Amino acid sequence: MKGKPLVSIVSAGLSKFGKLEGLYGREIFALAAKEAYERCPAIDPKKDIKALFVGHMGESYEHQGHTGATLADWAGLLHVPATRTEAACASSGAALRAGVQAVLSGLADVVMVGGVEKMTHRSTAEVTEFLAMASDFPFEQWNGITFPGLFALMATRHMHDYGTTEKDLATIAVKNHYHGSMNPKAQMQKEITLENALSSKMVAWPLKLYDCSLITDGASCLILTKPELAKKYTDNPVHIIGSGQASDTIGLYERQSFTSLASAKIASRQAYEMAGVKPSDMDLAEVHDCFTIAELIAYEDLGFCKAGEGGKLAESGETRLGGRIPVNTSGGLKSKGHPVGATGTAQAYEVYLQLTGQADRRQVKDAEIGLTHNLGGSGATAVVHIYRRGQA
Amino acid sequence: MTDEPPFTIEQFCKNAGQGKLLGGKCRKCGKIQFPPRPICDNCLSRDFEWTEIPARGKLLTYTVIHVAPTQFQQMAPYAVGIIQLDNGLRLPGMIKDVTPDKIGIDMTLKIEFEACWPTTQWPQWPRYYFKPT
Repeated sequence: MKGKPLVSIVSAGLSKFGKLEGLYGREIFALAAKEAYERCPAIDPKKDIKALFVGHMGESYEHQGHTGATLADWAGLLHVPATRTEAACASSGAALRAGVQAVLSGLADVVMVGGVEKMTHRSTAEVTEFLAMASDFPFEQWNGITFPGLFALMATRHMHDYGTTEKDLATIAVKNHYHGSMNPKAQMQKEITLENALSSKMVAWPLKLYDCSLITDGASCLILTKPELAKKYTDNPVHIIGSGQASDTIGLYERQSFTSLASAKIASRQAYEMAGVKPSDMDLAEVHDCFTIAELIAYEDLGFCKAGEGGKLAESGETRLGGRIPVNTSGGLKSKGHPVGATGTAQAYEVYLQLTGQADRRQVKDAEIGLTHNLGGSGATAVVHIYRRGQA
Repeated sequence: MTDEPPFTIEQFCKNAGQGKLLGGKCRKCGKIQFPPRPICDNCLSRDFEWTEIPARGKLLTYTVIHVAPTQFQQMAPYAVGIIQLDNGLRLPGMIKDVTPDKIGIDMTLKIEFEACWPTTQWPQWPRYYFKPT
């Protein structure tokens, strides 16, 4: 059996993703927490959960900071030590890693990790501005470079160096919408065509509307415990067997390569080594497709294909459900939605469903090992986790 | 430590306002910090001297922003890119005085300086941009 369990996931919750009118972020998080409580009746949340780590990117959306304490209270966990982790769109990937560390340290036997963002009540221009705060202020934001703009800079160079095409990128959008059409919690549960994607409105050339993830309200959470305690709570746990995290320069312009993210390569190497597995061992992966080019580069950084061959892998269909390594069966950030602070643990939620056989119409057959790849900003943060099915 | 102006981003911008592109060269290891930093990211020294940066380079990558943040909406669509200066350092910025269809990777661009336009939200430091030679 591969990979010694570091910690075990015994339950998970996810709110509906989309435009959740009339709900504050804290209320959306409470709904995700409630699902996790109901999924695991053996847990007494008030008694058992000893700490909360939550990812939340921005105060700007709801004029609300200090999210750790707020969410602990709204999740019915008043007085637990509660800490917000912020690493832009990797905020809850970082929360998950903080939870892993807390359990491994012995300070807490059972912890909740999660994340939330409430975004859809803001205009596109405001969201564009708030998201750009995760990039370098004095040189990137100040020159009018947006988030789609940063990934467009990567795409332009990738196309130049490797012959990657706009169609390769659109293929990823079509795939993720197909997967999302089977996810009842996804924001956009509809399939799109290559033509839809290629003719959609320009956002930052060569990236068009359908190359971009969505503006979403949503929350996600997991309950973690020590592997030796897992069976007390469930007979169907998922073990985390590898954890990696790395940083890079805040400015894209300072990096040696614009076609690969060093942080993702380092974090994934750490996680693979810790888990004792190889990229070819993965049965599925949830990768950070904030833009289609990000998923394409993730294929290469994670070792699913060689550098420069991401476009070819996308075209091959191997990353589609039924292929060699299905990627983003949830629909990804592209179709499921991207409430930034919630995304890292929402990716883990999908892997949890897949490895416990609860993914319904989008179930990957006999899935045993999965991976999540969560990026912050243009890759100044990357968090990678590897998971193994607990049941034989 | 020296009596020179502080090796800060603010000072970089003040210099740019006078049409000068300056970086902080580490006196210990020789690495040029551009933009300047208070400690060398290579050898952690604080011993710097100002050094002139060549104000031209070649375009490494670019995009045209159509959906812009609030502050830039009136300018959209506009081109931005990352250039590699003649000494190997890199800098991002807007590309002006050229239509997007004439922009291409490896084209030579030079750096021009201009005053910051009036806005309440951004610092009132002078700016720079790129244009074809």
